[in-house]
This record gives sequence, C-alpha cells and structure tokens, in this order.
Amino acid sequence: MTPSGSPSAEKVKIHTLEMIGISKRFPGVLANDRVDFDVRAGEVHALLGENGAGKSTLMKILYGMYHPDAGQIVIDGQPTVIPSPVAAIRKGIGMIHQHFMLVPTLTVAENVALGLPSSRGPLTDLEQVSKRILQLADKYNLKIDPKALVWQLSVGQQQRVEIIKALYRGAALLLLDEPTAVLTPQEVDELFVIMRQMTLDGYGLVFISHKLHEVVEISQRVTVLRNGRKIGTRPTSEVTKQILANWMVGRDIEFITSSAQQAAGETRIALEKVCCDSDRGTEGLCDVSLEVHSGEILGLAGVSGNGQRELAETIVGLRHIRSGKVFLDGKDVTGLQPGVLTGRGLSYIPEERMKDGMIRNFNIAENLILREHHKPPFSEHGFLKMRDIAAHTDRLIKQYQIKTPSQKTLAKSLSGGNIQKVLLARELSRSPRAIVAAQPTRGLDIGASEYVHEQLLKQRADGTAILLISEDLDEILALSDRIAVIYEGKIMDILYRETATREEIGLLMAGVHLENKPAETAIAPEL
Amino acid sequence: MIRELFSATVIIGIISSGIRLATPYLYASIGEMFGQRSGVLNLGVEGQMLLGAFMAFYVALKTGNLWLGVLAAMGVGALMGLAMAFVTVNLQATQGISGIGFYLFGLGMSNLLFQKLIGTVETVQGFPRISLPLLGKIPVIGDIFFNQNMLVYLAFLLVPAAWFVLHKTTLGLKIRAVGENPEAADSLGVSVSRVRYFTVILGGVLSGVAGASLSIALLNVFQQNMTAGQGFIAVALVYFGGWRPWGILGGALLFSLVNALQLWIQVLGVPIPSELAVMMPYVLTILVLTVSVSKVRGPSALTKVFEREG
Repeated sequence: MTPSGSPSAEKVKIHTLEMIGISKRFPGVLANDRVDFDVRAGEVHALLGENGAGKSTLMKILYGMYHPDAGQIVIDGQPTVIPSPVAAIRKGIGMIHQHFMLVPTLTVAENVALGLPSSRGPLTDLEQVSKRILQLADKYNLKIDPKALVWQLSVGQQQRVEIIKALYRGAALLLLDEPTAVLTPQEVDELFVIMRQMTLDGYGLVFISHKLHEVVEISQRVTVLRNGRKIGTRPTSEVTKQILANWMVGRDIEFITSSAQQAAGETRIALEKVCCDSDRGTEGLCDVSLEVHSGEILGLAGVSGNGQRELAETIVGLRHIRSGKVFLDGKDVTGLQPGVLTGRGLSYIPEERMKDGMIRNFNIAENLILREHHKPPFSEHGFLKMRDIAAHTDRLIKQYQIKTPSQKTLAKSLSGGNIQKVLLARELSRSPRAIVAAQPTRGLDIGASEYVHEQLLKQRADGTAILLISEDLDEILALSDRIAVIYEGKIMDILYRETATREEIGLLMAGVHLENKPAETAIAPEL
Repeated sequence: MIRELFSATVIIGIISSGIRLATPYLYASIGEMFGQRSGVLNLGVEGQMLLGAFMAFYVALKTGNLWLGVLAAMGVGALMGLAMAFVTVNLQATQGISGIGFYLFGLGMSNLLFQKLIGTVETVQGFPRISLPLLGKIPVIGDIFFNQNMLVYLAFLLVPAAWFVLHKTTLGLKIRAVGENPEAADSLGVSVSRVRYFTVILGGVLSGVAGASLSIALLNVFQQNMTAGQGFIAVALVYFGGWRPWGILGGALLFSLVNALQLWIQVLGVPIPSELAVMMPYVLTILVLTVSVSKVRGPSALTKVFEREG
C-alpha cells in the first residue's frame, strides 16, 4: 500500500477533477446539457442514469473520445483540454470500457504492452512487462497470468486485464463504464473489494451504473443524470434507492414483481438431452433438459455466452442440434423449420432485435406482418392486401402504444423502446402458445422495461408458457416462477423463485454447486 | 519415360527448380501477409508484381545494373502500395474491389509501358547462380539449396525475418493488434492508419521484388501479363499458410514443387496432356485450401474499414 511499492509510475496524481457546464449535441439530441460533475481522490463517485441519459457521453468526453461543444475540464485547478484517449491516459485518466478494449488473440502481457514504448527499443520487452503486471496483480489480489491468451479468460478476468492496463499506464482516476453488467454477483463482490482497496490507495473512481443497489453499496457520492441534464449530486448516505429511482425516471416507479405462482398447466416447451455446437464450433449446449409449462415464466440466468443464444435458437428452430429432442405442445418438433414452429404458435423475441427481429429498412406495417404476410388476412393469391394490413397496423400501434409519426415509418428510425414494442406487438398479438424472450429489456429505459414486463406477465396470466432469457438477475428474480441457471452449456440447476437466493444463483452462474444440496431440484419438478 | 522421373538427376532438378519457382510467391505472400495481419486485403498483388517485373527489367536493360532494377521494382511497388493504402484507409473503399482495380491498372500500365519503351522481345543477363562457399559443395543438398541466385536466398531469409518482426517487435505487436481489434489499438494510442499504411506499402515493395524475381532472375525477359495469376495465388497462399510466415513457406514450396513436377513431366514428354499437367498445381491449391482453411481463423478485422466514433 505504500506508494513506493507500486510498480506503476506514480508520476500523475489527481486530487480533484471537475467538469463544468459540459454540453454535447449529437444530430437530433442534446446528450449533455450544461452538466457539472466532479470526482476526488479516494472516493467512488457513482454516475447514475437510464440508458440514453448521457452518462457514457459525459465519460467519453472526459476520456477524450468526444469533444464537448461547451464547458470546461479542470484538473487540480488547471483548466485542461483532453483531445484524445492518449492524452487522457497521459493526464492520468483511465477508462474501463463496457465493451472491453482487448485484443483477444494476444496474451495479457501483449495487451498491456501494446502502444507503450519498450525498454528494448524496437523489440518487445514482454518479460519485464509480465513482471510488473504480477506486481500490480499481487497488490490488488487480481490473480492473472501474463502469458495467458485473452480469449481464454473469463469475462471477469478480462475486466481485470483492463484494470491492470489502466494502472500500468499510471492512471490516477479510473472511469468504470457499467463494469458490473457482465459479471456474476460474486464477481461483482470481488470487483468491489478491488475498488475499495484502490480508493484507500488514493485513486479516484467513477462508477457508471443503472443498478441502484450497487450504487448504494459502493459509492460515497452519487450524481443522477436524466435526459442529458444533471438532476443532483448527493452523498450516497443521504439518499435512498427510492429517491434515486425517482430522480432517474422523473416520476414514481414501482418495482414490478410477478404475483405468486399460479397453478401451472401442461408442458408447452420441452427439451430432452439437447446437445448442439456453438458458432465457434465448440460445444454450445450439453445434455440440456428443461420444461416450460403453461402459465409459467421460466427464467434462464447465466453470464453472457454460456449457451443462452444456442438454447433460444434451438427451441425456435434456428440451430441444428447434434442430439436430443425438442417438443412443442407435447409433439416432437426436432429439426422443424422456424416457419413451421411459428404456425404452431411459437413466438420469439430475439436478443438482437434489430438484426434478428426486424428489417431495418422496412416500415412498421411491413415489420408487423413479417411472420404471417403469406396468409389471410394479409394476402390472397400472392397479393398483399394493403387495406387489411393498414387496419391491422393501426390497431396494434394503438394497443401497444407505439410512438411513431406514421405506420410507414422505417424501423431503423424508431427508438429502442418503440422497436421492442413493434416486436412485442407482432409476437404477442398472435396469441402464442409459447414464447422465447431473449434479453427483452436489454438497452431499454425503465419505462419501456416496465412495459415489456407487464406484457410478459399478461401473457403468463393468459396461460402462455414463457422462457425468459436474461443476463439481468434482477429481472429474472422479479418475473420468474422458476429459475434455471446455465453455465458452459449445461443447466446447473433449476430453482424455485421463492426459495432461491441471489448468492446461490450467483455461484451456479459461476459453475459452482452448493454442497449438501438435495439433488432432486436438478430435475424439473412435477407441477 | 515415367521411370526417368525418378532418376536422381531429375528429382534434384525438380526440387531445385521448385525452390526457384517458390521465390516470387514468398516475396508476394509475405508482403500480403503483413497487410492482411493489419486488416487490409490487397487483391492488387498481381498488378504490383507486373509493374515491378517491368520496372526491374527496364532499368536492368537500360543500366545493366540488376540491383538498380530491384530498387526500381521496389519503388513502383511502394507507389502502388501507397495508392492502395490511400484508397482503403483514407477513402475507406471496399478492399476487394479496389484491389481488383489496382490489378487491372498494373496489368494495363505494364503493357503500355512495355509497348512504348521496349516494344520487342529483349533479354537481360539475370542474377547469376551463386554457389555458397562450403554449403554449395555438399552433394545433392548443395545442388538443391545452395546453388541459387541472390533473390532466392533473400526470399528464404525473409521468412524467419517476417516471423521475427511479427512476434518479437513492438511494430509486429501493433500490426497484430490492429488486424484483430483496431478499436482497442486506437484506444491505446496506436495509429491504425499509420500501421496499415506501413504494411500495405511494405506489401507493395515486396510484390515489386516478386515481379523483379520473375523478370530479372527467373525468366530474364519481360512479357505482357507474364505473372499469369501468380499474384492471386500469392494471396491464396496467405490463407493457405494460416497468416503465418512458416505456413506460407510450406504452401509456397508445395505449390512450386508440384509446378516444377508438371514442368518436368512436359519436358520429359510423359504422355499426359499438357493442359492437364498445367492444371495440377491449381487443382492442388483448391483442394488443400478447402481442407485446411476452415481450421485457422484469419485476422478479425480483415477487410473491415476502421472509423473512429464521435
């Protein structure tokens, strides 16, 4: 903990950094409107706000990736201009991006050394770099092998490489952009330990998040942004989650949770020992068996990339499986085409709604009939029936509260929330028997997320079977009747919501089974 | 006649000429590999080789100095590389299409220059064979490996040199990073444009030498379209070699040995239609490519335009 023990060149030290009156305009939006923000050495300052509130823009300005239209950055009393990320690094500002800035095919040491002058001139000095990485890792208990290839590391480990990269470059101030979004609850705890240690050592940390409980847990001060404006800055000890939530959204919000489990009905979706390949040709799913019943939401929890995509695609017929069987409504549908499954009442809300769910350059009306354009009432003898399509579109726009200038508006010019409403309108208005919903609220603001949750719960009340795939554990815990946890393509366990704890799910997400656990919960229970 | 194929002299001849034939591929493919490792696919190699072949031949013919010829080939290759880099990095043109454009330019330009400046069939005294001291005296091996011209030796030295640059220098680290995740490299202050300019120009220089090795070391003439697709094969060999210098060496040798074999088959008059014999190396390339390529993943950012956000 002594400064002299630190291998990073502690030349730069930032005591206070202020951003004063920062404005940034993008075509059509004012992303930051005269925002003031400051961070001091030795504190965690949380920056809270919904998607699109302007948090990332503000931080990218601080990191030199964007240039503000107005406003000033002052470091330790000195007005400063930060023209580029490299300049930011030189001034002692480091950023941990939400999407890691790592080269997966290089080793940890190579990633750290990249772009830095070498002590051996034109030759790389990876041995020396590795030594210093180990010193840093040791200090913050980061456990990392400098010779490991980055693509072989877990997401949590990759994040540590990012932190080491910033520390190695002598960062005194770290901007962490939604660092917990991709972590299991245990990894979040570990990250928080590291963050606390760093504040003790005099680092200043900016913690960007939209998760209230994390902000309350880790930060000393919190600033809330909404629609590009600053709502306020307070010591975290003086505010409650409810106040912060109201600030974020601008109105009272309720935290939705589903009512207690109703008597679930017959099995609608069933998988029996399904194995398939991932896109990389490795094992994607391995012996996956699960059942989703009528009137039930089965939540699938897991860290991104553990087979969720493969599972969704397997059920909706988009992925070839190597072995096992898939049943819909008790009938074997293994290997059937997506179109056939659609006809049998399966709806799909894909993870990448713009890529897999919609056609960007089609208008709303066209996107709404994508699934059933070839049959009445939308077409007859191969001709589209424009009037019926228009009437159908009008009805759905009203029913699903889609905000759009007209039904001829192209999908690509809608906001994220409205795109998802169009998708929901198409997939839910068909009275589906079963729904696969993958990350249905990812990237949506709280209002739109609430709406999606309400719609899913309405479907559940109507007796639809719903598989809800989400990396947001809060969402899973709020909506699911049962929770399946997936890890490396295997279902670790299936738990009842009432008895499941965040810790237990977190361990399962990391592939750890609690000991002395009765084994029968691993099997889908008879309902 | 088949039996003659297996006599010691013929086998030595085949291997020896196979090694010679591999020379232009080595220069062109190693150069192309650098470009691709940084994310730029240059399909204009053929055009660069043709212009390089012409310039080397012309300068050697006029000055009588072979090394000046090589230098001229390097210069024209560098110019072609510079233009390719400008079009793909600054103007952000589609790499495949612009490469084909540069191929056609090189083809047409070398024809035009040949007709205007030379016009008739001329020959130069190309690079002589040099028997290396001691090594050249080793029976069989000496004949095969150590009785070649300077450009052959340099081509084979290029392989370990390329490996060393790629894996042991900060420049190589930058090249690999830029080809895999340019955003990450950019965020650490590595200039993606500068790295890509460097590799594409280096590729042009080496393609120029590849052309020179044809016109003033291997064949010692210049003919219109004398590369006859070798530049495209060189691009294929980069994939074949899995974007690695040693893999490219293996691919180039395999291809050239089969080529040498079919040439000897024709020379010896083995009763196989010559058209079929000529096809052999190409068929082999397609076969090996389909079998081998799927296993190795190329650079992630290959052919992708890099543009900084904001």
